[in-house]
Amino acid sequence: MTRSSAPARSFTETRIRRGPSSWLLSSDTPRSWALSLILIVIVTCLAAAPFLFSGSQPLSTAAKICVFVLLVASYDLLLGYTGIVSFAHTMFFGIGGYGIAIALERLGPSWESVAVGLVAALALSAVLAAVIGLLSLRVRAIFFSMITLAVASAVAVLASQLSAITGGEDGLSFQLPAELRPAFRPFAEPILGLAINGRILAYYMIFITAAVLFLVLLRVVNSPFGRVLQAIRENEFRAEALGYRVVAYRTAASVISAMAATVAGALLALWLRYNGPDTTLSFSIMIDILLMVVIGGMGTLYGAIIGAALFVLAQSYLQVLMGAGSQTLSGIPILPDLVHPDRWLLWLGLLFIVSVYAFPGGIVGHLRKRGRSHELG
Amino acid sequence: MAKGIDEPLLRLEGVHTHIGPYHILHGVYCEVPNGELTMLLGRNGAGKTTMLRTIMGLWRASSGSIHFDGRDITALPSPDIARSGIAYVPEAMAIFSDLTVRENIVLAARNGPVHSSRLDWMFGLFPALKRFWNLPAGHLSGGQKQMLAIARAIAEPRRLLLVDEPTKGLAPVMIHSMIEAFRALKAAGETILLVEQNFHAASQLGDNVIVMDDGLIVHSGAMSDLVADKALQQRLLGLSLDSHQ
Repeated sequence: MTRSSAPARSFTETRIRRGPSSWLLSSDTPRSWALSLILIVIVTCLAAAPFLFSGSQPLSTAAKICVFVLLVASYDLLLGYTGIVSFAHTMFFGIGGYGIAIALERLGPSWESVAVGLVAALALSAVLAAVIGLLSLRVRAIFFSMITLAVASAVAVLASQLSAITGGEDGLSFQLPAELRPAFRPFAEPILGLAINGRILAYYMIFITAAVLFLVLLRVVNSPFGRVLQAIRENEFRAEALGYRVVAYRTAASVISAMAATVAGALLALWLRYNGPDTTLSFSIMIDILLMVVIGGMGTLYGAIIGAALFVLAQSYLQVLMGAGSQTLSGIPILPDLVHPDRWLLWLGLLFIVSVYAFPGGIVGHLRKRGRSHELG
Repeated sequence: MAKGIDEPLLRLEGVHTHIGPYHILHGVYCEVPNGELTMLLGRNGAGKTTMLRTIMGLWRASSGSIHFDGRDITALPSPDIARSGIAYVPEAMAIFSDLTVRENIVLAARNGPVHSSRLDWMFGLFPALKRFWNLPAGHLSGGQKQMLAIARAIAEPRRLLLVDEPTKGLAPVMIHSMIEAFRALKAAGETILLVEQNFHAASQLGDNVIVMDDGLIVHSGAMSDLVADKALQQRLLGLSLDSHQ
């Protein structure tokens, strides 16, 4: 039996069976009705945001959710699927933002500048991620985390200091290509009652890019490569004993993740028409990404959608809600002070603690577990 | 250099292994013949697991040499040792519990899809795997996990299987299934180096036996000789086969 002489033919049982519906999702369907429903609601709201909500803040919030879905999903590839704790993810996010900002500011507002900025940023991120990975993924996890923290801090300082190139603490404002400006009108007539302009085109560019890259990441984690990453996360020695080069796989995951984060940074810069250290490089963004991954559910890319949507919505509207609540409760002692808009971070923190306590596997992990126990009866 | 017919598949010569400040293997000399099942016996802490891990390169030999199929593999990284044709089944049901049974098997088949006849053969050895094919491996029982770990090692043709205490912690019925599976593997001509604490099980399976104590090989020879010599059993292992029946 050791060396079979029968003609080689593939056995379908070892391949993933794909129906047409699950092809798009790489056979990694939500596996829970409640989760499917939540995801459908979020994706539909994002897809139809310009038609559903009026005003610039809702559209900005929706664009930010799209960007963070991609950013958080790319971080989950590292943390949730490969078990790598990196603090340099915002560095790649920043490289994407600065790539676009510097190119558009220096070369002028054209699509060529966007392409040059994006390609340069992707190349720099890929090289940096590969170098950091090859040099430091051999060491123990905690040392790797410290190295990434040091590199990210150094890059943030560098971005602030090199003001001639990066605009320093003030950052860089730039103009977009004409097709993405608010004044651009691609259609003479409104569509579904909405006058389409360059701003809405920019939103859909962000939405479609984020959606496509999310699906690509879903394919990556559900590919044989992704299974090796999961095996490495669970036990790297066992994976090595099976013949897999752990450092090479981890480095490849870091590069893919860094490149996705770079695109997310580029998209945010294109939406804001600005990039600065606080927008993409700050450590608080790194903490936000970690919270979104944990709230959504580590090792479940769908968690990125839910985590990012919940977190960005809370960031954008919790203060407003609390302001309304504080006014409603005026006259009652203590309560208005407790829900004062200035204390929104306190409540966000409490929300995080409660969600981690109630859903240790994140929201997606919890819903999938519930779905599985229903299936098993 | 032409390899002789009687040349062992695996040969360790004066292998020393240190783990941190501890000197575990004190110059191991042993051979594993091709196409036979060699049992590696010894009390807890004798260095059996360290020897397997050193062969796989998971712990580095500090001196000595390890030759596999005539090639020096002492300094090779673990993935290269695995790719040279050695499969390792660690103790304690070493499967990837977050992956399904199918994914565990596919992961081990680095050279493409598992051959259908090989899969049928594996399902014949371990029928439970077919039943739970798409279930996360973490949901399997202890015995089923151990079966999966062994199935993973044989998902592709390998030259040598290193198996560390496959019956440890299993119920008697599972131990019986495991013995039957190894008997079938042996009949299929696999070369196996098997660590086992259960001398009764070992005596039923082994063609050869190696006994370790304090990081040294204290006996090697035919299993039948050890089974027949109760005084030797007492001296080497502190037991006799009779007491285990």
